[in-house]
Amino acid sequence: MPLIDLANPTRFLGFVGRLVPWLTAVTIVLFAVGLYGAFFLAPDDYQQGATVKIMFIHVPCAWLSMFVYATMAASSLGTLVWRHPLADVSMKAAAPIGAVFTFVCLATGSLWGKPMWGTWWVWDARLTSVLVLFIMYLGLIALWQTIEDPIRGAKAVAVLTLVGAINLPIIKFSVDWWNTLHQPAAVFRLGGPTIDISMLWPLLVTALAATCLFVTLQLLAMKNEIKRRRLRTLRLIEASRPHAVAGTPVVGAAS
Amino acid sequence: MMLPSLGPHAGFILAAYAVFLVAVIGVVVWIVLDGRQLSRQLAELEARGIRRRGSDKKPDAVP
Repeated sequence: MPLIDLANPTRFLGFVGRLVPWLTAVTIVLFAVGLYGAFFLAPDDYQQGATVKIMFIHVPCAWLSMFVYATMAASSLGTLVWRHPLADVSMKAAAPIGAVFTFVCLATGSLWGKPMWGTWWVWDARLTSVLVLFIMYLGLIALWQTIEDPIRGAKAVAVLTLVGAINLPIIKFSVDWWNTLHQPAAVFRLGGPTIDISMLWPLLVTALAATCLFVTLQLLAMKNEIKRRRLRTLRLIEASRPHAVAGTPVVGAAS
Repeated sequence: MMLPSLGPHAGFILAAYAVFLVAVIGVVVWIVLDGRQLSRQLAELEARGIRRRGSDKKPDAVP
């Protein structure tokens, strides 16, 4: 099947139905391998002790909080520039999932910070910029809810999403640009990772597992959003034919 | 297979994994239940004979 065919929502639904069981299985296997490596093979950190095990969920969630937003920004371009039929569906589906990953990143970071830094929270650049990201996700979800017409809502959300994308490089480079309690990048950096391979591979596997989890949830949420729009169309058709005789098929144009 | 000792900060580590687990299970349950509810509502409307134009002819209609 050519990739362009997936632009068609009905074919996309069929594709999702076939792909999701496989993705679910891959996600579970990757989490099992990654967490086994994290808990049974990777050593404790020489400074942080066993609390380093929080890294194996905190870091993947942090990466995904930004990756999901980048996905939404790309979908925004698809909405505004190409008016792709699935772009705003993707944008709307991703926002709650991104918010959940960002919340888990903040919560697990706080639970890691208390024993290591002696505080649950500091208003430094990295933590504050991630909190701003979380608030932006909530704002975008709220904006979707305030505009009933999904086509009009998509344009407003797409513009706001693109404006908010300026926060992504701020999050990434905040640890280099400002003094912060948060450690600098240890994996994706010039000169290669500074983290030992015994900890690096479980981290990369759990990150891959979290990415598969996101893709699975995103596909399912997109499927739901397509159904929601079909439901809205059918209700509009039903409302526009108030005198239809019960039992008589009512057929209307798709919106 | 014994879980390795998590040291004096075990509570923080277990709480972090609990937050992750609850959040993931929560979002999975929400998406699955939302999908089932939408399917049920769509089926009810279609059972009343309300359909999109061409939805019973070709499978590639735009929603």
